[in-house]
Amino acid sequence: MIPAPFDYEVAGSVEEAVELLGAREDAKLLAGGHSLLPLMKLRFARPAVLVDIGRLEELRYVRDAGDRLAIGALSRHRDLQTDPLLQEHCPIVSYTAGLVGDPQVRHRGTIGGSVAHGDPASDLPTVLVTLDAELVVRGPGGERTVPAGEFFRGVFETALGPQDVLAEIRVPKLGESGWSYVKFNRRAQDWATVAVAAVVNGGARIALTSMGPTPVRARTAEEAFAAGGAEAAAAVADEGSDPPSDTAATADYRRHLARVLTRRAIEEAVSRR
Amino acid sequence: MRQVSVSVNGVRHELLLEPRELLVYVLRERLGLTGTNVGCDTSSCGACTVLLDGESVKSCTVLGVQADGSEITTIEGLAVNGTLHAVQEAFHEHHALQCGYCTPGFVMATVSLLAENPDPTEEEIRHGLEGNLCRCTGYVNIVRAVRAAAGTPA
Amino acid sequence: MATITEVEIGRVVGTSVKRKEDLKLLTGRAQYVDDIQVPGMLWMEVVRSPYAHARIGAIDLSAATKAPGVIAAFSGADLADDWQASLPTAWVPTEDTNHPNHRPLAVDKSRFVGEGIAVVVAETREQAKDAAELVAVDYEPLKPVVDAQRALEEGAPLVHEEFGTNRCYTWKLSAGEVDRLFAEAPVTVTERYRQQRLIPNALEPRGCIAQPSPATGEFTLVSSTQVPHVARTTLALVTGIPEARLRVVAPDVGGGFGSKLNVYAEEALVLDLARRLGRPIKWIEERSEGYLATIHGRDMAQEIELAATEEGRITAVRARLTVNMGAWLQLVTAGTPLLGAWLYCGAYDLEGYELECTGVFTTTMSTDAYRGAGRPEATYAIERAVDALARKLGMDRVEIRRLNFLSEFPATIVSGLQVDSGDFEAHLNRALEMLDYEALRREQSSRRERGDPRQLGIGFSTYLEMCGLAPSRILGAIRYGAGGWDAAQVRIMPTGTAQVIIGTSPHGQGHVTTFSQIAADGLGLAVEEVEVLHGDTAVAPLGMDTYGSRSLAVGGVAVWHACERVVEKARQIAAHKLGAAAGDLEYEAGTFTASDGGTVTVKEAAFAAWTAHDLPEGMEPGLESTCVYDPPNFSWPSGTHIAVVEVDTETGAVDLARYVAVDDVGRVINPEIVEGQVQGGIAQGAAQALWEEAVHDEDGNLLTGSMVSYLVPSAVELPSFEIDRTETPSPTNPLGVKGVGETGTIASTAAVMNAVIDALEPFGITEIDMPASPERVWRAIQEAKR
Repeated sequence: MIPAPFDYEVAGSVEEAVELLGAREDAKLLAGGHSLLPLMKLRFARPAVLVDIGRLEELRYVRDAGDRLAIGALSRHRDLQTDPLLQEHCPIVSYTAGLVGDPQVRHRGTIGGSVAHGDPASDLPTVLVTLDAELVVRGPGGERTVPAGEFFRGVFETALGPQDVLAEIRVPKLGESGWSYVKFNRRAQDWATVAVAAVVNGGARIALTSMGPTPVRARTAEEAFAAGGAEAAAAVADEGSDPPSDTAATADYRRHLARVLTRRAIEEAVSRR
Repeated sequence: MRQVSVSVNGVRHELLLEPRELLVYVLRERLGLTGTNVGCDTSSCGACTVLLDGESVKSCTVLGVQADGSEITTIEGLAVNGTLHAVQEAFHEHHALQCGYCTPGFVMATVSLLAENPDPTEEEIRHGLEGNLCRCTGYVNIVRAVRAAAGTPA
Repeated sequence: MATITEVEIGRVVGTSVKRKEDLKLLTGRAQYVDDIQVPGMLWMEVVRSPYAHARIGAIDLSAATKAPGVIAAFSGADLADDWQASLPTAWVPTEDTNHPNHRPLAVDKSRFVGEGIAVVVAETREQAKDAAELVAVDYEPLKPVVDAQRALEEGAPLVHEEFGTNRCYTWKLSAGEVDRLFAEAPVTVTERYRQQRLIPNALEPRGCIAQPSPATGEFTLVSSTQVPHVARTTLALVTGIPEARLRVVAPDVGGGFGSKLNVYAEEALVLDLARRLGRPIKWIEERSEGYLATIHGRDMAQEIELAATEEGRITAVRARLTVNMGAWLQLVTAGTPLLGAWLYCGAYDLEGYELECTGVFTTTMSTDAYRGAGRPEATYAIERAVDALARKLGMDRVEIRRLNFLSEFPATIVSGLQVDSGDFEAHLNRALEMLDYEALRREQSSRRERGDPRQLGIGFSTYLEMCGLAPSRILGAIRYGAGGWDAAQVRIMPTGTAQVIIGTSPHGQGHVTTFSQIAADGLGLAVEEVEVLHGDTAVAPLGMDTYGSRSLAVGGVAVWHACERVVEKARQIAAHKLGAAAGDLEYEAGTFTASDGGTVTVKEAAFAAWTAHDLPEGMEPGLESTCVYDPPNFSWPSGTHIAVVEVDTETGAVDLARYVAVDDVGRVINPEIVEGQVQGGIAQGAAQALWEEAVHDEDGNLLTGSMVSYLVPSAVELPSFEIDRTETPSPTNPLGVKGVGETGTIASTAAVMNAVIDALEPFGITEIDMPASPERVWRAIQEAKR
């Protein structure tokens, strides 16, 4: 319950954060703290210094950017849940943000923190992969854009380097597309045992939560959907996944859930078109 | 150590904090506001819920230094001049507490919930309190109390 | 002349007086143990074993000792000579029970993950934790044994080598000609059930502070405990501190559910360190630490057989229990399953009864009394087995129960105890009415017919419970180490308010309000004029504390009797003042009236008793009385609980859709508080059925080691329970009350699991281990389809 000692710096800008991250070994970025602090309280994580960007209001926004919406990385889950632009143009993000953790977590936790943490049981990363979102990263070499599909590299591993700051997330406007995020868990506040995101507009884009070391894009299912609809997609939904076995579920059962939930997600998405 | 300025229940405090001090311990041990309880070490139970700039947060998952410049309301700050807040009153009226340990967290979570949704359905109440665990009541009377506090009697 | 009971009870008793406890709890002014700071206080941190079974080698405390703020550090060996006795075991069930010497810190071996190996004492909580990380321990890992049945196998690693076996005891009970009844029975069923291990999860973790008074040799232990009196007596034995110099205070306590019905290593350690260091010592458990080092519940393998006629009349029951007790005998570890040992016949009228219970040591944390303690297990086994029998006979679940109910009271149940009262038809009928049973069965049929992926299940549990732990004579006969009495002292102060000092120790149950109501009726005062004091052995030196649904049925009755005695003394004073014969005075609501219309109130009598200027010849001053009440029988609540579940047959997810409970807990003092007890109990029992399980890996590591992975349900997972009562007053006590603290937990696990199995009947599924997780349900369906 008491973290190991660490130093603490407040960054006044993204540039300063990048600089501070480079100044010390074992520096970690602190946003809302809802991924990092729980690990530090149990001393599973022991960074030497925290660089706090939590008060950078300049990274807390949702803006209309033409055919896309730009989300500041420090937008809190509650911000996304209630944002009118997202609700209108990309409701899967605001809906899913409302399923993260619990109200207290959503008041503090940020989309950037959740995405940068790289936890494969997280909800929003899966949605971003489904949406082919773009992640804007600022680091020592300036700014670059990483497609969501290339961002997640492994359990707690992402494309972010030690000095990188995730600054913005760009998601497409869904227009007439139908969408769904079906989350299966034992208790409302729990991580997803398995969840499935689907966006349907003619074809389907499908991704899975808790089915491998990263969010899993269900390409085989997407192809099967084009040929044979929801049932066909569901039957192969777990192909290419590598689900874990833990106290919540075995890998076999997760595969089964992925298939059932994919059918349900597609059906719901289709009904929303 | 870091200089931090927070307003707690309307009183401003200038504190010199070690970065690792969790907000819940700052409240409990630095300021003597022991109404906010610690029920777990994994941000699960919600017993430590307080309002940070008007919104419910788990004070075990906020560093004291992160609260610099914030306004915090704890359970001690809810009753005004000895008059219970409507949520406190409803919890009393509907027997929504037994051992009382989770109660400050539930009351603060409810205050935040009703600020965001003044007329919640039973399902919205249950989801609105999903970050708080109670072992005594089975939640039945907590839900009743929240409905009553929202002005929609059970 | 009518007795006071007949005349007075029911003025305040029976009404939902709002709780007096609430104001401080609602405003953050409660005082739980971690809220208490004592000047000069040091913090203790326990270094715990990461191995379930390991020989302890060298322990290097030097780095810890040199760390900032550290005052001292000790290994188990360093403190070994400080202990005058083993940590206490209140129940050694048989003559030949293997009973190990349990020291507060391990010396030779670690026997479970989380066992205390060393302690560090520092100026602050942070320093103590930082320094504890620096303690280096050499462990030689040994083979662990986690499962009780494996622990009984030849060649299993021995938890305590000195016994040559992991068997702790085998206890037997039999009545009637069981073998003949089974041999002659046209129908028998044999069922095997698993009571998974549970973690109690009182929301307040444990904690304690020991405060020494070096000049006088006195010690005060403030502890988050259900049992300050038991702790005082037993910790005096463990530490050698004279009992009369040891004061134990239970401040506000944030729930217990049995997990604080215990005397723990840490309580002994803080006392010992306070004695060694001469300073106050505080220890506060962290939740995940508590998951390792606070008692667990249940963990039992059950085999139950029923013999019956073709009509469904049950004639005999045979049950065999194998109980995983963990590494050590905590306070009631060994006896916990036996608290249910008389109840494997349920609410039914049988001729034969046989029970065998074997307790087994394993390299895990001890199991002990968790809400219901032995009785949920018994109820589960018999209620599930009755359903199995109904299934075999093609009978309706309700009809088979009606057919077998005990119907005349008092009734002697086959296991030998006398049930004082009950009316099982009454609560069953009321529950069915609330449920609309026929409509639900129709809905169930239509879903079955159309192969709906969401199947409906209805589950019954018509339970009989024995609680109110007492009477002392019987507890002695079954080798329980203490009595079952409780005490109350009632005193009317000179200015007319009353003090009621009780020996029970509440931690959420609302004793202050309930006992105020009893005393208000008993003394003719207003509820607000009664002050109830508890939980401090210096204030309330006599008591047996709170567990086993005993506080009202034993302690509450003691309050009533003490009130009667106070009023009787007041009557003598009033008669003296009025110049009338005591027997001629009319009494109502605190006022005595003579035939000439003269009156004296109880309050006036109290003032007269205090001044003592003019009392009847030979009467002692003061208006107070103490009653130590030892009831003649247990308390016998009963009820009908019905669960309705919807099972998503595609995912296996079970949704508890409705829950109806009708309980008979005798006369009710405060209906709202009683309903609250029932609701909370149902939630815990349902949680066993559907969510909670402590899982260890083969090495004895607790995989469900925090509230993230051990699934205490939230408001989202549970429905609003539908609750009512029927009432047959207990003839055993003048209040007519029965216990209510455990009924919900005892009844609900079986009701929910019977509902799950009922929902899955179309698949031919007859058993699923608890908790009925989505994966287990899905697997059962997959296997059934093969």
